[in-house]
Formats: sequence, structure tokens, C-alpha cells
Amino acid sequence: MDQVNNLLLSSLVFSPVLAILILAFIPNHQGGAIKKVGVLGTLLPLILSLFLFASFNYGTANLQFVEKHDWISIPISQDPSGTVYSLEINYELGVDGISMPLLVLTAVIGVLAAVASWQIKKRLKEFFILFHVLFIGMLGVFAADNLFLFFIFFEMTLVPMFFLVGIWGYGEREKAANKFLLYNGIGSGIMLLAFIVIYLVTQTMNMEQIATIFSTPQHPIASAISPAFRYGLFLALFIAFAIKLPVFPFHTWMLKVHVQAPPSIVMIHSGILLKMGAYGVLRMGIGFFPEQAYQFSTWLAVLGIINILYGAVLAFVQKDLKMVLAYSSISHMGIVLLGLAAMNTIGFQGAMFQIVSHGFISALLFFLIGVIWDRTQTSMIDELGGLAKSMPFVSGILLAGGMASLGLPGMSGFISEFFAFLGLFGSLPVLAAVGALGIVLTAVYLLRAILRTTFGPTPDRFARLADAQPMEVIPMVVLLGFIILIGVYPAILGNPLQQTLKTIVPIVTGIGG
Amino acid sequence: MEVKDIFSYDWTYLLPEFIILGFATGLSLLDLFAGKRLGKHAIGLLSLLGIVLAGVFVFVNIQTMDQPYSYMADMIRIDDYGNAFKLLFLGGTAFTILISLSYMRQSEVAHRGEFYYLLLSGLLGAMVMASSADLITMFVGLELLSLSSYVMVGLRKKSLQSNESAFKYVVSGGIATAVTLFGMSYVYGLTGSTNIYEISQRLAEAGMMGFQFIIYMAFAFLAVGLAFKISAAPYHMWAPDVYQGAPTPITAFLAVVSKAAGFALVFRLLLISFLQVPSAEGQFFLTQGSLFIGWMAAASMILGNVMALRQTNVKRMMAYSGIAQAGYLLVPFVPPTTLFFSEVIFYLFGYLLVSFGVFAVIMVVSREQQTEDLKGFAGLYHRSPVMAISMTIFMLSLAGIPITAGFFGKFYLFMGALAQENYWLSAIMIVTSVISYYYYFGIIRQMYMRAGENEAPLSVPKGIWVFIFILAIATVFFGAFPGLVTDYIQATFNPSFDFGNMLPTRTP
Repeated sequence: MDQVNNLLLSSLVFSPVLAILILAFIPNHQGGAIKKVGVLGTLLPLILSLFLFASFNYGTANLQFVEKHDWISIPISQDPSGTVYSLEINYELGVDGISMPLLVLTAVIGVLAAVASWQIKKRLKEFFILFHVLFIGMLGVFAADNLFLFFIFFEMTLVPMFFLVGIWGYGEREKAANKFLLYNGIGSGIMLLAFIVIYLVTQTMNMEQIATIFSTPQHPIASAISPAFRYGLFLALFIAFAIKLPVFPFHTWMLKVHVQAPPSIVMIHSGILLKMGAYGVLRMGIGFFPEQAYQFSTWLAVLGIINILYGAVLAFVQKDLKMVLAYSSISHMGIVLLGLAAMNTIGFQGAMFQIVSHGFISALLFFLIGVIWDRTQTSMIDELGGLAKSMPFVSGILLAGGMASLGLPGMSGFISEFFAFLGLFGSLPVLAAVGALGIVLTAVYLLRAILRTTFGPTPDRFARLADAQPMEVIPMVVLLGFIILIGVYPAILGNPLQQTLKTIVPIVTGIGG
Repeated sequence: MEVKDIFSYDWTYLLPEFIILGFATGLSLLDLFAGKRLGKHAIGLLSLLGIVLAGVFVFVNIQTMDQPYSYMADMIRIDDYGNAFKLLFLGGTAFTILISLSYMRQSEVAHRGEFYYLLLSGLLGAMVMASSADLITMFVGLELLSLSSYVMVGLRKKSLQSNESAFKYVVSGGIATAVTLFGMSYVYGLTGSTNIYEISQRLAEAGMMGFQFIIYMAFAFLAVGLAFKISAAPYHMWAPDVYQGAPTPITAFLAVVSKAAGFALVFRLLLISFLQVPSAEGQFFLTQGSLFIGWMAAASMILGNVMALRQTNVKRMMAYSGIAQAGYLLVPFVPPTTLFFSEVIFYLFGYLLVSFGVFAVIMVVSREQQTEDLKGFAGLYHRSPVMAISMTIFMLSLAGIPITAGFFGKFYLFMGALAQENYWLSAIMIVTSVISYYYYFGIIRQMYMRAGENEAPLSVPKGIWVFIFILAIATVFFGAFPGLVTDYIQATFNPSFDFGNMLPTRTP
């Protein structure tokens, strides 16, 4: 690999720095310029990520665009003669078939969320600077190939999110920000604990090496620790990411954030940040401990079903459109868990499709809620109604987004649910049958919520609402475009995934089955 | 033991101490005779000069020594362990003087000269504490530091709060000293020696002869008495009142220099004296002894972080935060390995940067707002973005969030604890750290999310602005490249000869 390639991934991850630097020098009162830079600055990561995606080699499961530099060496022990043994922590980046699509997803949603931030009215400069810091963190999480680096990027999303929710959110924004901080703090703590133990056992923080060590039967390092200990590590990682995902008892913080955060940040949160949890479970939980994951798979499926049904039932009774979508996110994350629980290629593929597809769909729906709120100052279903008359375009897109979410064939939601359940029917048919109930419920609560807001008599005060502005049309069309693109041409996502999943699955089933 | 003539020692190794002593006495005389005629900052600047000179000679010692140098049967012992701590003390005192130079300008402290030479004598006490291997000199150093601090805390003579806190400090300090001395008397009674290396051997013999119970008592008394200096549980209750009442630069001095000196003393005294004592389960220190310290650490982390949640006064909050930090710093001691040294030094280094940054910001803000209440920080971001952002960095560092020196320090301690398979303490560390997010982010909330009483730009003296700015940059820089410090510690200091081969080692 030549020298230019060696810097590609770093320049992608740190490309938002450029916008931050420019923003820092624009005076506060030039709101228009700040918005322009804020939005245009996100195009650079998008271009770079698309370039990487285009030059990504589908034929291999190896990491690509690998970068490695020495960083820190930590003295960890000393023998009586005074010789010090150090453990190295390197700066390591790399992408494979799982992380590549997620990088593109991040870049796309990042751009559109920046566009959606158009309606932010106060303290623009800080908003966009924090937004770009958050952006670096998200890109870094998916590009990191080193646990320490992963952790740092993971934490790097925490602080900007705290500010973005706490300053620019709705009424109870500070409460939401605190809850976000504390829940994710606990998650990060558990994650750090697991990472360090793994590091001490394997003597490396390189994710690829760790996966190799643990998944090679009779590896000297791996066989030195008991299966129970490994199971403990797996559970620690799972809980850490389950808080982020979120899995059922850990979900309350996420509802608060969904309701209180500004729409563009919810797009990011629901579209990408939650996916970091799913990515972590797949990459680290299953990637490092395939055997333990296999043993855990039934529980994984049960948790998935709880998420699906719990989310769906509660979404049905919510009065606030945002809450409907928040619970719907919980429900859809359950499908990711089901796909992972299948422990076969199709299931994993379903999970990955669901991650990406839900990223686009939830970003679209939350964007629409932002648009509606902007005009009506409410998101309560009872107060809304009849919007189709005054805002036909927005209502149409809303309906299309809802259809995608409930899994209409030809859209991305269908493909992902189909794969996830197909995979699970192969391994755990009974649980799969129960989970499929959730799909029916999805249709019920989504149609209820969307039809009530768009159809029916139009209240007078909503009679003359403006339909979508050009700046609002772009994100809607682009997001819907991606949703349909994946729906009708799933290979665009399936191809990069193929090779990587093919290498994980034999390990899982080879050891477990 | 060979008795040496007092002139046969090479006194050059003691130059740093002599310089500080000379400056302290010289400046007190100068202040007495020429105090009125000197410029406002003359004495402060001169003491700064003394510290820099002393620092230079500490560096010279570090470079030229490859063996510990012992004066009068270890009454004073110049070694890497002490030298590393001395650098921290000198740095901390220099920072104290730097922030004082602007603080004193408008404050009600009447006797400016006093302030600086008391600071120097306190520093001298700390240096003696770090480079002594004898109970007598250790105690002398401890008292020198304590007595200087008592006066400094009460330096604002007209402030009721300052007087109250000085009084509380004296009383509780006196009790702590008594407890420590009581523990030392047990040790002396058992061993008949004040040299800790001799004590080490004789305590081991005493342990074998069945004096275990008395040894445990001595250990407990020493640990509890010395917990006072490091403001760790169970002897932490003085900290909030004293921190609140003392002039802010002195609070910073207590939080960093005095605490670091306490750690230097605790680690050396307890570790060397008690390491060889046998017990039913092996070495006493590695089993019951460190478990005892583990409880202290856990109690400090829990009490400090939980109590800090309810504080509305920033300096009180920082006091409780300091108690929690003391708890973290005790973790590498449970049980100790040869690497506790670099863990502790790195952590203290990060803590030094951050604490002075925090107290400098507190000083600026509380002076302007006339209140030390948390609300004084409301809307700080709009009034002085640089102060607010620097404070945010310091808070993130204290909370242990990357990329800051505090994060790596905690990471390193945490890794050490997990390497010793010390899971219960690691778990407490994690949980209490997350609890601490709440109050550290409480300040951040005030600065960014609340409206202050006025929006006028905050006037920050130029000098202190630069000081805070540099510390904030350094906090981030050493968070991103902690290797610069850990490598330096590894390459320069080798304290293993001080602790012999007695400490357990881990080979990968």
C-alpha cells in the first residue's frame, strides 16, 4: 500500500477539523457564514468517505486502508533486575466490510443533519463546532482498529452530545443531558474495564489481533483464561454496548434524549450513535468471543424480542409523535439483536442492513418531525391532524418514511427485516415466530401515528402552513433515495459485507456448533 | 555502623534544601528590615527565583546520582524517589507563587512578605518529608509543613472564615499528629530504632516472635494519622472547612503540594517499615495491610464523590473532590508493585496541572463575583470563553474523560489495579468516577447553560490568563502524549533500589 493510502483514513476521520478551524475565526454575529461553513464543512468527510467506499476492495475480508503509528508505551511490570516491560498502545486505523458502510452512513447523515441544523437559532458558532467534534468522534469509532483509540473516540462523542442536548434541546434539556451523561458514563466505564482486562490478557489493543487470539482454538494466550472468565468479559462488553444500543432495561435515557434534543441532533443520535452500540456488539462482543456469543444467542434473541414487543406496544399508546418514534427505535434495535442472535451469515447481514437502514429511516422521520415542529410548535398527535392539505409534500414523505419503517417491500426496511428473520428462522425458529409478531405491531402503531397527523380535518390554524423549503427538500429526498436504493439494489450494501461476514460466521458456528 | 565526621559528607546533594532554607530566612530578614521600601512583588519574585534555583539543583542531582546518597544514617536520604516528588513540590509551590502574585494585589492579606517565606518553609518541610528515611526527620518535615500551613490558612486575619478554618486545621492537625506519633512510638518500642530500614528488619523479627497485634495497631495508627495530610478517609473532615476558609492560592498549595508530600511520606514510611512483616497469609503488607489501605481508598472515593454532589461552594466541592482524588491515589497501593511509583507520579503530575488551573479560575471568578458559590460561574462562557473552555478541560480531566492528563492518569491507575486483579476496588473506582461526572459537569452546566447576572466581559489579569491558558493546553497535550512523561519517569527514576526486591513484580 502506498503512502497516500496510508493517510486516507486519518484524513477522513479528522477532516471535520478543517471546518472547526474556519468556524473558530468567524465572528459570532455572522450567522449566515457560520451556517454555510458548518454545512459545507461536512461535505469534505462525505467526499472522502465516498472515495474510500469506491476504492474499497470487496474481494477480501482483510482490513483496508490500514494505518499504524507508535503512540504510547505503558510500563506495566518490572522484574527484580529493574527491566521494565511495557505494553504498547498504537494509533491504529482500518476498515473492513462492516465498518466501511457505517462510515458512509455517518458521513451522509452528518451532512444532512448539518443541513437540518439550519433551523438552529441561537449560539450557532458553538453549535457547529461541537457538531463537528461529535462528527470526528463518530467517524473515529468506526475507523479505529485499536481498543484504546476506539474508547477515546467513543468518549469524544459523549461530551459534545452533552452540550448539544443540554444547550439546544427543548424544555427539559438539562435533565436529558444529565441522564445521557450518567448512563453512558456507566457504559463507558464497564467498557473500559473489559478493554483493560482484555489488554492485560492478550498484551495488545489491536482489535484484529485480539479477535485472532480469542477465536483461534488452543491459542496459548486464549487458553490461559477460563471459559467462565471469557463469558464474563463477553457479558461486560455486551452490557456496555447494550446501554448504548439500547437494550430493554437500559433504554430510559434514550427516550429522554429523543424527545428533548434538537431534531438535527436526534437524527445523529438515532441514526448513528445508537448504531455504535450495535457495531460494538458485533465487532467486539461477537468478534472477540464467538463461542460465548453463540452460547448467549438464545438470550440475545429473547432480549431482541422484548425490545421489539415492548417498543411496539408502548409506541402504540404514546401521545407524542417523538415518543412514538423513540419507542419505534427501541423496537427496531430489537431486530438488530435478532439478526445477531441468528449467528449465521444471513442473520448478520440482516442486522447490518437494519443498522444502516434504520439509520436512514429514523434520520428521515426525525427530520420530518423537526420540520413539522418548526411550523406547528407541537409534536403531540392529538393537536396535529390534517397536515396533508397544507403540507402535501412533507406529509407524503412522512408516509413514505413510515412505509419504509414498517418494512414495505422495495424499501430498505423490508430487506433488513427479511434477512434478520430469515436468519433467525434458520437457527431459532420458535423465537423468530414470536418476534415476527412485532412486524405486525409496527404497522399498527406507525399507521396510527402518521395517519392521524396527516389526514383528517385540518384545524384552521394549520390551514396555511408552508410546505417544504428547498433546504428541507434536499435531506428528505436524499434520505428517501438511499432508503429506496438499498431496497431495490441491496447488493450495494451486501457486497462489502459479504467477505467480512463470511470470515466471522465460520468461526462462530465452527466453535459453537 | 561507621561514624562519619560531619564534614566528610558531600553536602552538594543537599543544595536544593539549603537554597530554600536560605531564601526563606533571607527573605524574612529582608522583609523585616526593608519590607516597606521594596516593590510590591519583590519578595514574591525573589522566592520564585529561589525555587527555580533549587529546581535546577534537583535536576543536577537527578542527572549525577546513580546511587542514593545518605546523610547521617539516612536522616536525610537523597534518592530518585524523593527527587521525583521534590520536582512536584517545587512546581506546585512555584505555581502557588505565580497565582499569588496577582491575588495579593487586591486582597486583604496584610503581611505580604510573610506569605512567601511561610510558603518556602512549608516547601522545605515537604522536601524533607520526601527525602528522609528516619522517623525523626520525617516528623520534623511533617511538622514544618503543617505549622507553616496552619499560619498560611489563617493569613486573612480579618476574615472570620479564615480564622475559623485555621483554628480547625490546627486542632485536627494536632490530633492527627498525636495519632501519628502514637503509632511511631509503638514502632520505636518494638524495634528500638528510628531508621526505617532497620525498622523494616526488626519489625519482621518482632512479627515472627508473635508481636503481630502490636504491629497491626502501629500500622493502623500510622495510616490513620497520616491520612490527615493526604485528606483521605477516615481523616478527611477538616478539608472542606479549611479549603473554603483559606486564601485560594493556599488552598491550591494544600491540595497539591501538601497532599503530594503526604503521599511521599506515607508510601515510603509504611511500605518500607512494614513490607517484611510476616503474617499467616504471607507478607503482612501485601495482604491485610494493603486491604486496610484499600478500605481507606474505597471510603475516600465514595465519601468524597458523594458529598461533593451536594456542595454549592466551589472550594468546598473541590475539597471533596480532593478527598476522592486521594482515594484514587491510594489504589496503586492495594497491593503495591514496583510500578506504583510511576502511576502515582504521573497522576500527581496531571493533578498538579489541573488543580492549579481550577483554583486559578476559581480565584478570578470568585473575586469578581464576590462569591464562591457555584452560581458565580453562571454564564461564564459568554463573559470569558477562554476561561470557560479552560475550566471545562480541567473538569473533564478531573472527571477522567479523554483526551486529558487526568484521563490517562486514571487509566493508568485503573490498569494497575486490574493487573493486580483487584476487581472490587476497580469497580468502586468506575462507579464513583461516574458519580463525579454529575458535579464536575455541574460547573460546566453553570458556565454554558445558565444565564449570569451580567453579560459584561470578565476582566482577567493578563498574567493569570496566560497561566490558565498554558495549563489547559498542557492538560490536553499530556493527555494526548502521556508517553512523554511516563518515559521520562522510567528513564530517569529507578526507585526500586529504595524498596529493594521486596515488592512483588509482574512479568508478562
